[in-house]
Amino acid sequence: MIHNKETIPQQPAPKGTIGPIAWLRGNLFNGPINSIFTLLGLYVLYLLVVPTVQWAFIDADWIGDSREDCSRVGACWVFVNARFSQFMYGLYPSEEYWRANIVFAMFAGIIAWMVIPRLPFKRWMALFALLIFPVISYVLLHGGYFDLPRVSTHRWGGLMLTLLLATVGMVGALPIGIVLALGRRSNMPIVKTFCVIFIEFWRGVPLITILFMASVMLPLFLPSELSVDRLVRALIGLTLFQSAYMAEVIRGGLQAIPKGQDEAAAALGMTYWKRMGLIVMPQALKMMIPGIVNTFISLFKDTTLVMIIGLFDLLGIVQAALSDSRWLGFSIEGYVFAAFVFWIFCFSMSRYSQYLERKLNTGHKQ
Amino acid sequence: MLTKKHLALLASAGSISLAGMATAQADTLEDTIERGAVQCGVSDGLPGFSAPDDDGNWQGLDVDVCRAVAAAVLGDAEAVNYISLNAVERFTALQSGEVDVLSRNTTWTTTRDTTLGLNFTGVNFYDGQGFMVSRDLGITGADELDGASICIQSGTTTELNLADYFRANDMEFNPIVFDTSEQTVGGYQAGRCDVLTSDTSQLAALRIQLDDPEASMILSDVISKEPLGPVVRQGDDLWFNIVKWSLFAMINAEEYGVTSENAEEMLNSENPDVARLLGQDGNYGEGMNLEADWAYNIISQVGNYAESFERNVGMDSPLEIERGVNALWNDGGFQYAPPIR
Repeated sequence: MIHNKETIPQQPAPKGTIGPIAWLRGNLFNGPINSIFTLLGLYVLYLLVVPTVQWAFIDADWIGDSREDCSRVGACWVFVNARFSQFMYGLYPSEEYWRANIVFAMFAGIIAWMVIPRLPFKRWMALFALLIFPVISYVLLHGGYFDLPRVSTHRWGGLMLTLLLATVGMVGALPIGIVLALGRRSNMPIVKTFCVIFIEFWRGVPLITILFMASVMLPLFLPSELSVDRLVRALIGLTLFQSAYMAEVIRGGLQAIPKGQDEAAAALGMTYWKRMGLIVMPQALKMMIPGIVNTFISLFKDTTLVMIIGLFDLLGIVQAALSDSRWLGFSIEGYVFAAFVFWIFCFSMSRYSQYLERKLNTGHKQ
Repeated sequence: MLTKKHLALLASAGSISLAGMATAQADTLEDTIERGAVQCGVSDGLPGFSAPDDDGNWQGLDVDVCRAVAAAVLGDAEAVNYISLNAVERFTALQSGEVDVLSRNTTWTTTRDTTLGLNFTGVNFYDGQGFMVSRDLGITGADELDGASICIQSGTTTELNLADYFRANDMEFNPIVFDTSEQTVGGYQAGRCDVLTSDTSQLAALRIQLDDPEASMILSDVISKEPLGPVVRQGDDLWFNIVKWSLFAMINAEEYGVTSENAEEMLNSENPDVARLLGQDGNYGEGMNLEADWAYNIISQVGNYAESFERNVGMDSPLEIERGVNALWNDGGFQYAPPIR
């Protein structure tokens, strides 16, 4: 009998169990049924991808400035190219684009500053973003101060307007939503009733109706001297509508916090606002990140509805461009472009929310 | 209890307050001069009538009406604020004073003219339901369409007009109904019908979207009346006159042969009609509180009606709509402007 006292030296795993081939065998071809489905899936993918790539890239026209330059069978990106600045800025006068560009750049800078963890002074940056940035943007975009020519809001449009509507809607809806959610859980009957009625009213009405009311009915009730800019009307409608949704999302988070948390904080002698601000809200908001971001994304896409009240957001300006008799019949290219831009923004928001969830994860995760 | 009577009372109270508001802002001209721009309501994109071009400037037949008013009032055709309106809110925007001229392919009907507190100032395009057929069929008139299969969009007055026309002429047709205009074009393109029917201005826009536009033609016959024109608020007759005569000036200019190019030479014209139009003989702007050169400004900056038509919807545009009923009265059409004198 041989006793081997030595440990057997480590050896690489057998050839058939590692590497891409093994992965393929394990996941895609492990049995006849799976193999058939894999091949079927590949075939469907082939059917979808090849014509799309052919249309969007290989057979597409890229350069030119009129429809005569679109002689090939594929997509006519010339249309998007010729209208690109309009899709970005709407009918904003082209010699004033620099003003919108500064606002775009500041906006991007603020977002980057807030998102990148290493950068300091986050609190000051947030204050700047909430208090000073809106004023600067208004002065720059609207003009009328410091010798800047006035650009009235009906010339604003494109991606600029979409971002403006979405940002104001998000920034406005979150605090109002928090207050409403707290109010709805309050023991004070008047506050509670008010919040319930507010939330149920705004949630019960379609956004399209609210926008229509704001744009068609409101001007008839107000005296003509008191005419409110239609963009402002849309912004107020959008914000109130979203805040009702936001309130319910946050209330969901509040209900998930055990009552003991609040009671323990009360036992320590904390006031209501301290209990909410330091103990309950931070936990609730963290838990509700997916819900909140979900609401934000849906808000971002809902902004396209302002098209029906004659504001040219990104989708609206694409449609207006499609009705130029020189560019009739390029609707697919226009809509694909709009969809692509929307996807970029929505996908980034979704990725950031996932990052936030991981970063703020303190062990509730299953 | 809220009875029908109450409701009627409420409704009439509403319309009284509407009318009251319309008269409340009676000085549109003064407001416009103070603002330095005409507030003009246009559609949110209709080929040939109003759409932004590549540089973001509004172009179109309807847009030119507003440019003409701006040229007459302010001497600058570009001094216009365009506000895009959809079909629902267009009248409210005018009633509430958000716009002062509504030039948005609006059909002139009794109801709109009499119950909304609005006035139509004229007709800048006589639209009507027409037919598009393939050239191969060799059809030249609508009376040859007996037994044809016709693509229509459902739920529009088009459907009704078509049935009326065929019944009145004792002809048969086979309707093929679609939901949207894209589908209707698709059906026509795929050969599911011989004929496509819609308003002629629409047909022209649909025709360009065909794979081979040249293979199809639009018949000159029109089977319904859709007079499109600019609209103003009731209660400001001065402004009403300005908008009305801005359009008339363009039509008169075509009749007298004054164009944007020759307007300056025409200042010395011997023709008394031209001299009166261009303000060389008497001041016909006076009654509208305008300068004597109001019509000269319109013609030199916007052009006469023919120029505007050809540039936006006619042969110089992709739409290639023929003048047809929109030709001058002495050229077989309906466009007729009262004389300036």
